[in-house]
Amino acid sequence: MRDRRAVVVGVAVAIAAAALAPTLSAYPLTLLTQAAIVAVLAMSLDVLLGYTGLPSLGHAAYFGVAAYAVGILATDHHRGFLVCLAAGLVLATLTAAVFGLLAIRATGTYFLMITLALGMVVWGLAFRWVSMTKGDNGIAGVPRPDLGLPWSLGAPLPFFYFVLAAALVAWTLLGLLVRSPFGLTLMGIRESESRMRALGYNVWLHKYLAFVISGAFAGFAGVFWAYYNGFVSPVDVQLVTSVETLLMVALGGPGTLAGPALGAALIVFLKNFVSVYTKRWLLILGAVYISVILFAPRGVLGAFRRR
Amino acid sequence: MSHYALRLEKVSKWFGGLRAVDGVELAVRPGERRALIGPNGAGKTTLFNLIAGALPASEGRITLFGDDVTRLAQHRRAVLGLTRTFQITNLFPNLTVLDNVLLAAQALTPAKFAMLRPLGRFTDLDARARQALAAVGLEDRAGATVRHLSHGEQRQLEIALALAGKPRVLLLDEPAAGLSQAEARLMTALLRRLDPAITLLIIEHDMDIALEVAQHVTVLHYGRVIADGPREAVKADPTVREIYLGA
Amino acid sequence: MSLEFWIVQTFNGLSYGALLFLLASGLSLIFGVMRIVNLAHGSYFLLGGYVGLSVIWKTKSFPLALLCGAVAVALVGVGMERLFLRRLPGQTLGQVLMTVGFALIFQDLALLIWGGDPYSLPLPAWLQGVVTAGALRFPKYRIFIMALATVIGAVLWLALDRTRVGAMIRAAVDDAEMAQGVGIRVPTVSLGVFALGALLAALGGVIGSGFLGVYPGLDFEIMPYAFVVIIVGGLGSLPGAMVGSLLVGLLDNFGKALFPELAYFTLFAPMALILALRPTGLFGRT
Repeated sequence: MRDRRAVVVGVAVAIAAAALAPTLSAYPLTLLTQAAIVAVLAMSLDVLLGYTGLPSLGHAAYFGVAAYAVGILATDHHRGFLVCLAAGLVLATLTAAVFGLLAIRATGTYFLMITLALGMVVWGLAFRWVSMTKGDNGIAGVPRPDLGLPWSLGAPLPFFYFVLAAALVAWTLLGLLVRSPFGLTLMGIRESESRMRALGYNVWLHKYLAFVISGAFAGFAGVFWAYYNGFVSPVDVQLVTSVETLLMVALGGPGTLAGPALGAALIVFLKNFVSVYTKRWLLILGAVYISVILFAPRGVLGAFRRR
Repeated sequence: MSHYALRLEKVSKWFGGLRAVDGVELAVRPGERRALIGPNGAGKTTLFNLIAGALPASEGRITLFGDDVTRLAQHRRAVLGLTRTFQITNLFPNLTVLDNVLLAAQALTPAKFAMLRPLGRFTDLDARARQALAAVGLEDRAGATVRHLSHGEQRQLEIALALAGKPRVLLLDEPAAGLSQAEARLMTALLRRLDPAITLLIIEHDMDIALEVAQHVTVLHYGRVIADGPREAVKADPTVREIYLGA
Repeated sequence: MSLEFWIVQTFNGLSYGALLFLLASGLSLIFGVMRIVNLAHGSYFLLGGYVGLSVIWKTKSFPLALLCGAVAVALVGVGMERLFLRRLPGQTLGQVLMTVGFALIFQDLALLIWGGDPYSLPLPAWLQGVVTAGALRFPKYRIFIMALATVIGAVLWLALDRTRVGAMIRAAVDDAEMAQGVGIRVPTVSLGVFALGALLAALGGVIGSGFLGVYPGLDFEIMPYAFVVIIVGGLGSLPGAMVGSLLVGLLDNFGKALFPELAYFTLFAPMALILALRPTGLFGRT
């Protein structure tokens, strides 16, 4: 019924990546892994931004909170994968649940500002609560999960398949969500909150649910990021990370899920490519941002236009 | 003693010093077709907003089939069977016609919380949506994006959205707004075809349409009810004529 | 906690609040007139500090540093508004995101031009040292900051309240469409307010560099403070910015002194409280 094409293309891309992977050397493989993880983050924001029309500039908070949970539990406490995954998801969801109560009353620019401020609160905690997060030094030495498989997840190829599988699970769940009646409700809210209210929807509740679910999936990405990077630091919760995520959604096409995933891959590759030649990544990112907004307005602003 | 479908007692709304609606008394019986007319600025849409719950009343009581809804939030009134359409078309522009009506159809069902099952599986909702589209004559346009519909088609969709929720009381805010003569005639026919069980309250600027669809008319002027009765009586009322001809 | 502790912390909090007022007042006015949150506002603060620094290195003149920093950044603000923001009339969200892009560009440019080392503004002799009162010592510079912010606050208030230009700004804040309707040139007012906001932020940056220093990342670090000030004080309200900045300054200072590990968290509490009880802020319009 709805855009079957996106599903087909997405599956094709995943199969192609899986098939190509053994032929790639370590560096491109790690880039692909990074892209897959960040794609989940971007898709989680798309649910909130593209489908519900709520622009959040603090999404890195849930990503980072989960990453830190893994970082702390996997290093000092030597916890296994399942415990870390559960802790990361629970923490991210709880954070979103609390922040959502504060942010969901607002809309538009005000909402943007509040989510930004809340994101910075998390960053501040990461930076200053040194006893917990080791502050600016970050938490190093996060070991790859030991799942008892014959292949060590320390090697790039098995880890890539591990991440790909997780990303596909997330994508499937999110795909079901946006095609469900609840997903339609979110789009209705994006298009006209006043009409939704008149029809009988408790708009606040649906927005809040979208916020929490979105945060949970961001946390899911964060868990895998901690394992991928082996290192968790305030950089993972900083404003620039939230800004990059927003750009991924805007660049790829909000409200499509596949678009933001593509946008994520584009930004990851661009960032790594650019870093080889120059240190001026932020400058280029900013310029790309402004260009996208000026010259691809429907892609970016079409999702923001609500009544 | 049976209840009125909709009852307003001394309902007022003021904004600072301005009384937009002043002590309105209204009693609409179930199944009645009531027109609410009056010159521009008379407070008709404000009154609708009060009844629907989009605005809180400053004073007075609003009851729906005997239930006091005065302090009830807008979306909860919809649950009790009160639906409204908008004077300025208020649809979901980037969604398809079918999706628009589906949103209306699922609004009062638990299905709207279903997160893991695709929309296509909910065949009863689909049937209800298509039924509403057929009632307004839009069944062929189900797949079109609302943004691309003509104004007339959008006005028809406005009503389809209201019907899909199986309302008990339907507030129609200028359904013929912006329609051509021909379209207005079709709209009038549509309104006359509506399920007689639904109670209708229509704001209509066009007196001819209003009097054709409704048997009973309430006239509003500067926020006050100045005439209320069967349409022939109101048509003949000298005060009403003065307002419309003299204004 | 001795009485000295309370007095010193209150003093520090108030002086920090004075600095925040310079930053937040501009942001609040920009929001009031243009309905956008300028996410490059922290960048204006940063750039102001850097420019002021360069000027004082070259000329050793503090007043010149203030002037150049403020004017240079005001011009940047004018450029941003005229050449970029104005291309998206009415699209507030698009404009806000554009300011984000600029914030990134400014941050990187600053890094490129001034490098990664933190700097502190060398204070002129007459602002160095302390004023003693019994056992307490109050740095002269902080007193200067409070005095300057008070003067600027008073000037802004009077300008908004008594002058014709101020009336135009207040009209535009109240209802831009109506203001345009009665003949007020809202685009020009927007440009003026944007430039004024940039100027104030930059001024804050120059002054702030004397006790906060200037370093990469300051722009994004100081922004949440400005946001909390205007969330608490109310968007678009000058008295709100005044009260909000004092509150935030005090809370932050006491928070850091009493719970150093909780950082921004101490801001979280009042912000959360206000959002829960009075979402439009203390002086905001419903």
